[in-house]
Amino acid sequence: MGAYLLRRVAQIIPTLLILSFLIFGLQQLMPGDPALILAGEERGDPLVLQQIREELRLDRPIPEQYLHWLGNVLTGDFGWSWRIRMPVSQLILEKLPVTAQLATMAFIIGVMIGVPAGILSATHRDRPTDWVANGIALFGISTPNFWLGIMMILLFSVELGWLPPSGYVPLWEDPAQSLATTIMPAFVLGTGVASVLMRHTRAAMLTALSQDYVRTARAKGLAEKVVIGKHALRNALIPVVTLGTIEFGRLLAGAVLTEQIFTIPGFGKLIVDAVFNRDYPVVQGVVLATALIFVMLSLIADLLYMAINPRLRTA
Amino acid sequence: MSATAATAERGESPARRAARRFFRHRLAVFGLIVVTIFVLAALLAPWIAPYDPIATSWARIRRPPSELHWLGTDENGRDVLSRLIWGARASLMAGVISVLGAVLIGVPIGLVAGLAGGWVDAAISRVADAMLSVPFLILAIALAAFLGPALENAMIAIAVTASPVFVRLARGMALDAKATDWFEASRALGNPPWRAAAVHVLPNIVPPLLVQATLAIAEAIIAEASLSFLGLGQQPPSPSWGSMLNSAQRFLDNAPWLAVAPGVAIFLVVLAFNLVGDGLRDALDPRADRR
Repeated sequence: MGAYLLRRVAQIIPTLLILSFLIFGLQQLMPGDPALILAGEERGDPLVLQQIREELRLDRPIPEQYLHWLGNVLTGDFGWSWRIRMPVSQLILEKLPVTAQLATMAFIIGVMIGVPAGILSATHRDRPTDWVANGIALFGISTPNFWLGIMMILLFSVELGWLPPSGYVPLWEDPAQSLATTIMPAFVLGTGVASVLMRHTRAAMLTALSQDYVRTARAKGLAEKVVIGKHALRNALIPVVTLGTIEFGRLLAGAVLTEQIFTIPGFGKLIVDAVFNRDYPVVQGVVLATALIFVMLSLIADLLYMAINPRLRTA
Repeated sequence: MSATAATAERGESPARRAARRFFRHRLAVFGLIVVTIFVLAALLAPWIAPYDPIATSWARIRRPPSELHWLGTDENGRDVLSRLIWGARASLMAGVISVLGAVLIGVPIGLVAGLAGGWVDAAISRVADAMLSVPFLILAIALAAFLGPALENAMIAIAVTASPVFVRLARGMALDAKATDWFEASRALGNPPWRAAAVHVLPNIVPPLLVQATLAIAEAIIAEASLSFLGLGQQPPSPSWGSMLNSAQRFLDNAPWLAVAPGVAIFLVVLAFNLVGDGLRDALDPRADRR
């Protein structure tokens, strides 16, 4: 296990290196001169432009720019925002807890709906329960998150007036109000997770239910509840747990549009605002941070897989 | 083996058998019909749209659905149905062209990786892994943001972001083919690797590619709508479903119909592509046991 762990961690390094290269490369795609954008009103002044170029090292060769940028990133310096004079890393750390709260709530909603629905669907295969669950999952996969969000605002805020349509209150300031402002976006995000988890739980349960040990358990005369709960479910949940970890990472991407619609000042809104303001260092920083989180989550997924699958423990 | 025997017995080509299996699948046929309707609407937009999609009318701002305007009018007095029909062009074009781009980028690179092996394979696979480790939409937004807001740039961003999936698929198929006897025999006869690949890998790759591409179109349409919603896709005043939803959001209190129609259109077309993709998978995979 120790050797595997080392090998798995070593695998991350080339991935991160390539990612750093790609993300740095993004700024080479930019049309026009960054110095002109940054100079704003003073773009006619060659002295100002020169100063900006020197400050950002735009006058140096690209490989040198890359190495300098990489060196900074490795020490936690993601550069400075062009619009809000603040370090990008500080902006990210400020916004991350908001999105983390949203993602956690969405994940809980997704698991609470998706896993039981998948189990029911598998144990009632080809019966109405199965069709309904599959239909809802297909609906969840095909509905754009942001539209579902708009429809929920229309129903629960505009028509019924039950929930605030936008805004955010931190959890530690006013827990009730915080939940009221995040429940709709969390539900919107959670439906996507629920659909994916439902489909995978169903497939994994069907595979487990067709195994010999399940037949043996039934032949022994065990109650169906025990067969499903103790024998089939435990094995079926192994791939579902790993998948759940990856889905948690994907919630970060889903949060981009959802936060925009519900005006929640999180990670997703940060990248969208940065895109609108042409604040390129922030865009780069957010992509880099997302990639880091995602790579870490895949590592955790693999480790969890090993921890809960006894067959892999000795490997 | 039994599949080959069955084919010989019925005297039916694999393509025909797949078609028969596909048309037996009711939901997939429904999906195909919906896709066809949207494609026809997009192609025939200039003739079937009741009004000019960008003609503004200050006398008819935010009118609810009526006999004159079936889906109402928007904040500039433009007919929503006409914009929806023209918007189908942007969405379908973005979906199909960007996936075509992803296939054209991904498949050759994947084949090279699988056939060449060694450090070439290692390098290509690592890059694909790295790209897959950033969530699809975040990478697409970042690419589109740096390329600049335009429908073409959104399509490029989606194509590039979706390509690693096809790299993986083609690489896997090339590796499978390389391990077969007929591939080795073909090489032993003196055929260069590209020829052996063209004869033995490409025909095998078509069925899974078709399935993957159909499902990818569904994802690309949502991605285009998301980018347009953020102002990174189709630019105003040209209609696109995503940007229609974006402006609709400001008038939820007094013109809720503006937010309903474009969303239903996106939902229907994405659902239809997903159904067709699922149907194709069942029809083309001889081992599929229709779970």
